[in-house]
Formats: sequence, C-alpha cells, structure tokens
Amino acid sequence: MTDTAIATPRRIGDNDALVARRYRAERRFKFYGIAAIAVTAVFLMLLFADVLVKGLPAFTEHRLTLPIKVDQAAIDPQNSKDPKIIRTGDFDSPIRRAFRDLFPEVTTRGDRKKLMGLLSSGAADDFRAMVMRDPALIGQDAKVPVLLSDDADQYLKGRQTGVEKFPGQGTMTVTPEGEQFKLTSDGVALPSPGDIIRMNGGAFRVLSLSNAALLAEQVMAPKTPAPAASGAWDIVRFTVPENNRRIDDQEALWLEHLKEQGIAESNIAWRFFTSGDSREPELAGIRGALMGSILTLLVTLFLCLPIGVAAAIYLEEFAPKNRFTQIIELNINNLAAVPSIVFGLLGLAMFLNFFGLPRSAPLVGGLVLALLVLPTIIIASRAALRAVPPSIKEAALGVGASHQQAVFHHVLPLAMPGIMTGTIIGMAHALGETAPLLMIGMVAFIVDIPTGFTDAATALPIQIYLWSDLPEIAFQSKTAGAIIVLLAFLFVMNAAAIMLRKRFERRW
Amino acid sequence: MDAMIKTPVAPSAPRIAREKPLKIKARNVDVYYGDKHAINDLSIDIPDSAVSAFIGPSGCGKSTFLRSINRMNDTIPSCRITGNVEIDGRDIYDKTLDVVQLRARIGMVFQKPNPFPKSIYENVAYGPKIHGLAKNKAELEEIVVTSLKKAGLFEEVKDRLDHSGTSLSGGQQQRLCIARAIAVNPEVILMDEPCSALDPIATARIEELIDELRQNFCIVIVTHSMQQAARVSQLTAFFHLGNLVEVGDTDDIFTSPRDKRTQDYITGRFG
Amino acid sequence: MSGTYFVILAVLVGAGFLLGAQRARGLRSDTGSALHSLPAYHGLYIAAAVLTVMMAIYVMAAPLAEHYVLRQAFGAFDPSIIAEQLQRDATLRDIQNLVAGSYQGEPSDTLKAGAAAYASASSLAFWGLNGLGVLAGLAVIFWGLSRIQPELRARNQFEHFVKYVLLACSAVAVLTTIGILLSVVFEAAQFFSKISPIDFLFGLQWSPQTAMRADQVGSSGVFGIVPLIVGTLLITIIAMLVAGPLGLFSAIYMAEYATPPIRAIVKPILEILAGIPTVVLGFFAALTVAPLIRSSGQSLGFDVASESALAAGLVMGMMIIPFVSSLSDDVINAVPQSLRDGSYAMGATKSETIKKVVLPAALPGIVSAFMLAISRAIGETMIVVMAAGLAANLTFNPLAAVTTVTVQIKTLLVGDQEFDSAKTLSAFALGLVLFFFTLALNYIALKIVQRYREQYD
Repeated sequence: MTDTAIATPRRIGDNDALVARRYRAERRFKFYGIAAIAVTAVFLMLLFADVLVKGLPAFTEHRLTLPIKVDQAAIDPQNSKDPKIIRTGDFDSPIRRAFRDLFPEVTTRGDRKKLMGLLSSGAADDFRAMVMRDPALIGQDAKVPVLLSDDADQYLKGRQTGVEKFPGQGTMTVTPEGEQFKLTSDGVALPSPGDIIRMNGGAFRVLSLSNAALLAEQVMAPKTPAPAASGAWDIVRFTVPENNRRIDDQEALWLEHLKEQGIAESNIAWRFFTSGDSREPELAGIRGALMGSILTLLVTLFLCLPIGVAAAIYLEEFAPKNRFTQIIELNINNLAAVPSIVFGLLGLAMFLNFFGLPRSAPLVGGLVLALLVLPTIIIASRAALRAVPPSIKEAALGVGASHQQAVFHHVLPLAMPGIMTGTIIGMAHALGETAPLLMIGMVAFIVDIPTGFTDAATALPIQIYLWSDLPEIAFQSKTAGAIIVLLAFLFVMNAAAIMLRKRFERRW
Repeated sequence: MDAMIKTPVAPSAPRIAREKPLKIKARNVDVYYGDKHAINDLSIDIPDSAVSAFIGPSGCGKSTFLRSINRMNDTIPSCRITGNVEIDGRDIYDKTLDVVQLRARIGMVFQKPNPFPKSIYENVAYGPKIHGLAKNKAELEEIVVTSLKKAGLFEEVKDRLDHSGTSLSGGQQQRLCIARAIAVNPEVILMDEPCSALDPIATARIEELIDELRQNFCIVIVTHSMQQAARVSQLTAFFHLGNLVEVGDTDDIFTSPRDKRTQDYITGRFG
Repeated sequence: MSGTYFVILAVLVGAGFLLGAQRARGLRSDTGSALHSLPAYHGLYIAAAVLTVMMAIYVMAAPLAEHYVLRQAFGAFDPSIIAEQLQRDATLRDIQNLVAGSYQGEPSDTLKAGAAAYASASSLAFWGLNGLGVLAGLAVIFWGLSRIQPELRARNQFEHFVKYVLLACSAVAVLTTIGILLSVVFEAAQFFSKISPIDFLFGLQWSPQTAMRADQVGSSGVFGIVPLIVGTLLITIIAMLVAGPLGLFSAIYMAEYATPPIRAIVKPILEILAGIPTVVLGFFAALTVAPLIRSSGQSLGFDVASESALAAGLVMGMMIIPFVSSLSDDVINAVPQSLRDGSYAMGATKSETIKKVVLPAALPGIVSAFMLAISRAIGETMIVVMAAGLAANLTFNPLAAVTTVTVQIKTLLVGDQEFDSAKTLSAFALGLVLFFFTLALNYIALKIVQRYREQYD
C-alpha cells in the first residue's frame, strides 16, 4: 500500500535566488510592522505636540502694571469700609485714565476707543477685587495689574504676527508730500514696502521705494518733524499683513511700546484655574467645568463602585449557572459596546423626561456615566475576584466560614487592589466622556461655579467642545489648555492605577 | 574539526554505527533554559538510514536534544546552547548557516498532531511551495500525492484532498504531518513522541511507516514507550536527568544494559 | 419630604441593628445557651428587615403622596391649564414660590387658593408618609425582637437578603438594556406614527427642519436615512483603511517579533492612544488635520470641503488602531504554538509562518476584531461632531463634507426642543438604528470569537 518505490528523493538545492527573495520578503514584512507602530507613535506625538504648542500659551496672560491712585471719592466717599459700598465704586475710569496717560499723543475719539480696546473688560473687576481684599489701599497709590484683551494678549504672545526690528542707520528726514510723506535717509539698509518706520514717537508705513527716498503714509503723528539721528529711529517689520490679523499696525505699535517700556508683562494665568466660563477669552477659566466634572464623577463613583462590585461578586461567586445568569453576562458584554451617545438618549428619555430630574445637572450626568462605565467595572472586578486562588476561599470554608463570610472576609479584600485599578480606569473613561453629557443638556454656557449635584453645570470635556467651536484664536488656545488639564488628570489617574497594580501585584 | 569527523569509529561503538554512515554528530552539548541546565555535556553519533530512539523518564532532556538538532530551540528566547552539533560534518550552529534551509533538510513530527487549519492538499503542499520545489502545478501535485502515498495516507484521503486537515482522525492527522514533513524530502526526520496522542491501532500504522521510511531517511524518534523503541529502532539512547546515560544497539540496550539506571528504567523501577 | 424619610430610615435601621444585637447578647448571657448565629447577625437581620419594609413603603407611598398634593393644588385651576405641560409646570413653580414666600408680584386669587391647598396637602403628605414609615419601622423592629431565639438562623436569613441585594445589583445591567430599549423604542414608535418606516429607511434625502409656521418655505421635514448611512459608512471605511492595516501590522509585530523590552515601550503607546478622550481627537481633527488636508488638497488642485470626511475618518482611524491591535494581538497569541512549530520545522521563515499559518488560523478572531472596531467607529460621536459636517450629502467623495447618524442625533437633541415634533423624535429613531446596528455587530463578533476560542481550547 505504501509506495516506497519512489526513486532517490529530490534534495532541496541551494536555490540562492529563492532564498534571497524569501529573506527580502521577511524583512519587508517585519518593516511593515515597525512602520505601522512608528506611524501610530508619530501620530500620537504630533497630537501631543499640537496640543502643547496651542495650549501652553493659555497658562500665561499679559498684564500691564499701572500706577493708579485709589481715589477715596470715587470708591468709598464716606470712608465706611463697607464692602457693599466699595463693591459699587467706580473702578473703571481710574484704569482708563491711567492707561490714557501712557499715550498722551492719542487724542482723537476713534483712536482713544481703539486704545481702550486693548484692555480687557474684566480689568475693572480685578481692580475691584484687589481693593475689596485690601481696603487699606483706598486713598493710596497702588501698582495695579491690568489685564489686556485677548487680541492684545495674543499679539504679545507672538501668535498674531512675527515682528522683526532693525535699528535705523544714518539720519532720517521726513518731508510731507501731499497726503503722503517722503522719507530720506543717508544710511544704508533701506526698508521694503509695508515696513513701519518709527521716529520721534511717530510712525510711517512705507508704501514704495523711489531712488534713495521712501514714499510713506503716516500711521501715528510724530512729536516733532525734525530729522532723526542714526539709532534714534528704527524699522519694524510685521511678517503677517495687516489685513490678516486682528491687531492693526497702530495697535501693534502701541503694544510694542508697552512691551519695550516693560509695562506689559507675561504672568502665569491663575485665572484659568480660578474662574468660570466667560464670553471674553481672556477671562474664561475651567474652574466651573472642573467642578462639574468632579461632582459628576463623585455621583458616578458612588453609584457604580458598590453596584459594580456587588454584581461582580454575585456573578463570580453566587450566580447559579442558568439562563438568567447567561442573559446578565451577555448583557454586560453587549452594554460595553453600546455607543456612548445611546446612553445619552437613555438619560434624556428616562432620567429627564420620565423621572423629571433636572437638566444639565451633575446628578443626571453621574447617573448616565455610572451606567456607561458599569460594564467596565464589573468586568475588571470579576477578573480581580477570579485571580484570587480558590485555595484561600477553601481555607476559610474549611474552618467553618459560610460562603459569604469566606467571600467578604477573604476573597474580596484580596481582590480589592484589582477592583480599585479597574475602577480608576473606569473613572478615567468617564472623565473623558462627552457625548452622553451633551444629550442631557450639560452643554449650556454656564458662568457660575456649580456647588451642588443639581446645579446646572458643564464638564471639562464639554468645555473643550464648547470652546473649540468659538472663532477667537484665544479660545482655541484655551481649548488646548483645557485639553492639557484633562490629559494631565487622565495621566495621573492612569499612573495611579498602574502603581496600584504594581504595588499589590501578587504572585500566588 | 575535520580530523574529528574522520576519526574511525571506535570498535566499542554500536554495531549499527559501524554499518551505516554517520549522519549527526554531537559533542559536548549543553542546553540551558534560563538558569535551568537541561542537557549536560552530551555527545552522540547518529547513523543514517536507521531509526535511533531516545528513551528516558519525563524531563530527562530527550525532547530538548531533539529540538536542538533542527534548532527549534531558537524560538525559545531563554534557551542557550553550547557545544557542537554537526550534520554531514557541517556545524549547524555556525553563524553563517541559514536556519531556514537547515530546517528544510530536517523534517519534524510533533507529539500532538498539528496540521495547519487548511486543506489536506495545502498542508502537504506548504513545504514544497515555500521552498520552491515544484516548477508547476502538476509537479506540485505529484509531490503531494507521492508524499501522501509514502505516509500511507493517500488511499484514505484521495477523494477529499480539499477537506480541512483538522477534520481527520488523530492517527490520520499524524500521518498527514509525516507526509507534510517528507514532502520537502528532508535528510533527517525528527519525531517527538509521535504516537503519544494516538490509539494502539493508529500507533501500529505509524510504527510500520517509520520502519518503511528508514530506507531513505535518518530518523530520530523520542518515545516514552520502551516497547516502541524496541520495535522500531536500531539504535537506542537512554537519557536521565539531562545526561546521556547509555547508547547502544537497541537489542543490546534492552537485553544487557551496562548502566544500573538503564536497567532500572527498562525493568520498570522508575519512569 | 424624602430627606426626612431617609433620615428616619437610617435611624431606625441603626436602632434595629443595635437592639437586635443587644437582645441576642442578652439571650446568650441569660440562658447561657449557644446562639446559632453571632449577635451581630441578629442585629443585621432586623436592620435588613427594617430597610426592606421601609424602602418598599417609600417606593409605593411617595408617588401616591405627590399625586395627592398635585391634585389638591390644581383643584382650583382651570382644567385646560393642567392639560398643558408647560403651563402646568409654570403654575406649579408659581405655587411653590408663593408657598416659599419668594413669589414676585401680586398673586391671583386662584393662585392663592392653589397655594393654600398645596401647603396643607404637602404637610398632610409629609406627616402621613413619615408617620407611616416610623410606625412600620417600629413594628418591624418589635416583630424582629420577638423572633430572636438562640436557634434563630439569623446569619442564613441575612445572607439570603445579601444574596438578593447582590442579584439586584447585577440585574442593573439588564435594566439598563431594557431602559435603553424602552426610551429609544417608545420615542421611535411615536416618530414612525408620523413618518413611514419605509420612507425613513429608504429615503434619499435628509432634511429634518420642520416648518415653524405653515407658510415657511423649504422646510417640509424629509427624513430619509440613506445619506446619513452613506456618510457614516464613508467615514467608517476611511477609518478602517487607516486602522485595519496599521492596527493589524502593529499587532503582528507585537505578538510575533517584538522582544519584551520593545513590547514594554510599544504597548503603553497604544494604551495611551486608547485612553485619549475622543473630544481631544475631535479637536485635533477639526483644528489641525482638516485644515492641513484642505490646504494640501487645494495645492494639488482638489476641491476639499473644510469639514471633509477624510479628516474625520483619518483621526477616527487613529482612534480605533488600539482596538484593532489589542484584539488582534489577543487572537494571534491564542493561535497554538504547535502550529508555528510545525511551520518552522518545515523551514518556513517567520513571515511565511505568519502569513500562511498564523493569520489564516487567527482569521475568525481578526474578523471579529475588525467588526468590533467598525461598531466602535459607527457609534463614535465627538470626532464626527467636531470634524464632520452637518449637511446630509449623498456622496462617496472623501473630500466632500458628509454627516453621520451620531452627528444628527446630537444636532437634533442639543438645544431647545419640543418633545413631540418629528424632528426631535427622529433622533430616537436614529438612536434605535444605531443601537441595533452596533449590537448586532458586537453580538456576531462575540459569537465568532467564542467559537474560535472553543476551537483551540
């Protein structure tokens, strides 16, 4: 039956070409794997780099330091020291006055309005808060920090345009020529059209070059028409054309002046962490959203930890192997794959419309997120319970403990680190979840910091979503800043989970 | 090196080693798994066109040594080997040697039948395909049929070559694995307890097959069963605790073992 | 009302525990007989009984009490006010403000009468509910105390109770599914009573804006889901074209080639990616990737929408790489080593072994990993909300703007809404479609994996 009559077997020849081809295929295949991982890693790095570059400016803000006399008459005429009276005082005009004094040459109404536009509308509130904190300032001269508007802030952060400056060489003379001016210099390094020439406190925008002279229009009137000596004038070049930025040349020159004088300085923007949302980008902060997230997560944790652990204990230890148990298990696996927005629909239809719970409340958000992360926690807890060797339970049963006593006294404590790890990961998931919260109305513009579980609130990811939709470039930066905070929280939570796992990792 | 190979076989060497040409020569082989010393200073000569059996209690290192012959131990990261293993005088642990081609020359049959989850035809055709042994479809088919015939499986499966290899019975699966191994015409076939997962009837078929294949191949078989070693092999090596205790003609080992441990093992004192 | 009730409940549960434990301890020292259960279990036994009875009373009586209060309060009002949900709520708020003394302006006589009725009914309900609770709680405590005997199997009884609590907790998962089904199905049924399911499922136009006024032009409200499905599929296909190869090759590399140190570096990369909230990826897609694609597309002479499907799809693909890779990694690792050994022993190279043996063997698992990833992509909301468009274009052009099912659900339900308009209800119909689609994908995938596991166990 077996055919052994086959002639001398063919041996594998050393087919070098084929072997070489096979090894090339091998290297190519391995390269695909490395490339796939590299692409993923590069994407991740680009994402982080993008968020960092966009977001880090959100943690600083530019403030002017203005010397202001805290006028008793305007703030507290009766010297009552009553906070209620101080609160109603006029804090706006002193700032405006002090700021205007820095630019005595600005006289026209339009220019003054433009100048004041550089200040934040919240500057007076800061001043008020400062005086309320320290009423002894009334009647004194104070150095008051004055917040700049978002556009001014963005300009000073260099996010509107790049700025190059060249010192002037030779003497620059200006002669009027109709509407325009003719600038002549006996030095070299002539500017190109679009550049600004600053001299004698004024500024001219170069329109065209003709021979050794420049044709220019006036941006700001100089104090004197006298020629400027070498070094007393300079050329300022903005890399972004005026039309493409929100700060025009005149405003930019004012800000340059403030910066050069050391009046405008960059500081850490604690405001980002201490204030709620605002329509003004420079005043907006994440505290409200952060509180909303914390309240929501408290509800989630309070609900899903006990329920999840109880369910896991039941399924792992007590559930009979019957149809109902099978249905529960299948259900848990399927729930883990239900899109999060569908949980939002559940929250909307059940909790809001049917049970009549308040809209936009952390209570409802927490409920929905609890249902959302429940499968995660149950699955993790079951794995942790399963990892405890049966010998421990058997030992307890052996000394006469009931099944429940064995589980609650011995198995559960040993499984606790695993359960906590799973819970932290579930909470991290809940912290980043956005879609279901949109559905239950936690998406409104809310200025007040929520303090209770039924207050209207947003959450950190929602704040990110809301800000990302706004056109101001400063809000884009705030968005990325909020993302950095969110990622930092997630990083801390995950690191805690990993540490917990490492610390309590047990080899049985 | 060359001098060693040409050294005439000592008169005390087993008869079979004197009759047949030398195929595999191992000298001073030590194998470590991490800290575990699995094989201790092993030297052996294995003849061509004969069946050599490795016997010994579990964990004695016989499978480990078998896997060292076609460098399957390379797939285990913690494994480390020192010493010399030569096939036809070529050091197989030489850095310049291509392990892929080495394994093509050494077939292997595993303890548990492991047909690929593909058709019977594809299982046997796999080796010839990757090594480019067939110029065309007809030639490939010829190789497949020949191999299945040699493995004594063809008659049973000729009508269902497109069925999955996993649909066969255990004994058939193992013969399929043997067919797969001989399809690339190896010089050596290593068998790691090929019958341990099979029933007695299937085992008898495989043993018959091994005896037939002996004509063309150098066969090395690891077995738990002393009866099997006695039935199929000409040379027997007894391993114990990582040491090669005794090598000799099968008849001699089973009738007059020289070492006390061998004697204890074959009489069933331990193992 | 509820606050007081639960304080009473807590007090009585505590009291029941202490009294029960004390009685049992006394019994042990008085009679000297051995108790079946520890004294603490006698306490827990009574506490559990009190908790059960009082919770049952609350669940049954509280809605009744509320109903009674409202009926009394609205007694003086015109029935038309009560019929209208909005007016009813406003009136109730007025009444409550008046009772609390924070009503702005001069209340009408009806309002005054309503407020008076509300106040008296409230206080009656308050005393009624709490009184009932206290009585029932005390009764249970006395009943429990009378049952405490040395041979009372308090521990077994209490453990019985605990088991039911545990069972109830695990039933929450089932209740959630039922809740989802009910909330989606009810509203969707209302929707289908206005719009035919045939038009919904096969209509080629989606324009949910219904007319506010009868004479409004161009807003008849057309609910054809096909453009949404096509948009969802387009983005999902783009995502899978990214995540499929990248995820699968990462998994292969991780499972077959990577040494432990490399695994230790690469695995966290994938885990970090998996942990990034989708709102962050949406931000990246909308503000960085989409402009990049638009500008590079335009420089090549393509007409790229600012919210192109390509941008959303690419980033979504990145999002699901970890899903594909970790699930595929699992199934590749589940392929028995013996198959690999068989292939290596034939002289196959690693890549030949992977391509011709490992991957075919792992195919069912990989297919199910892809299905799970697809279900993830279909259900993903934030990336598409932020980076994809709102216009329901029926197109397969990846450079055009498309919209998806999830985007529409979000758009229809966020903001002001009336709960009986077809526009709002259509979101629930979409939710129903989404729910069943993802559930079916997930279910099939789980079944495939299960069968696959059985094959190699």
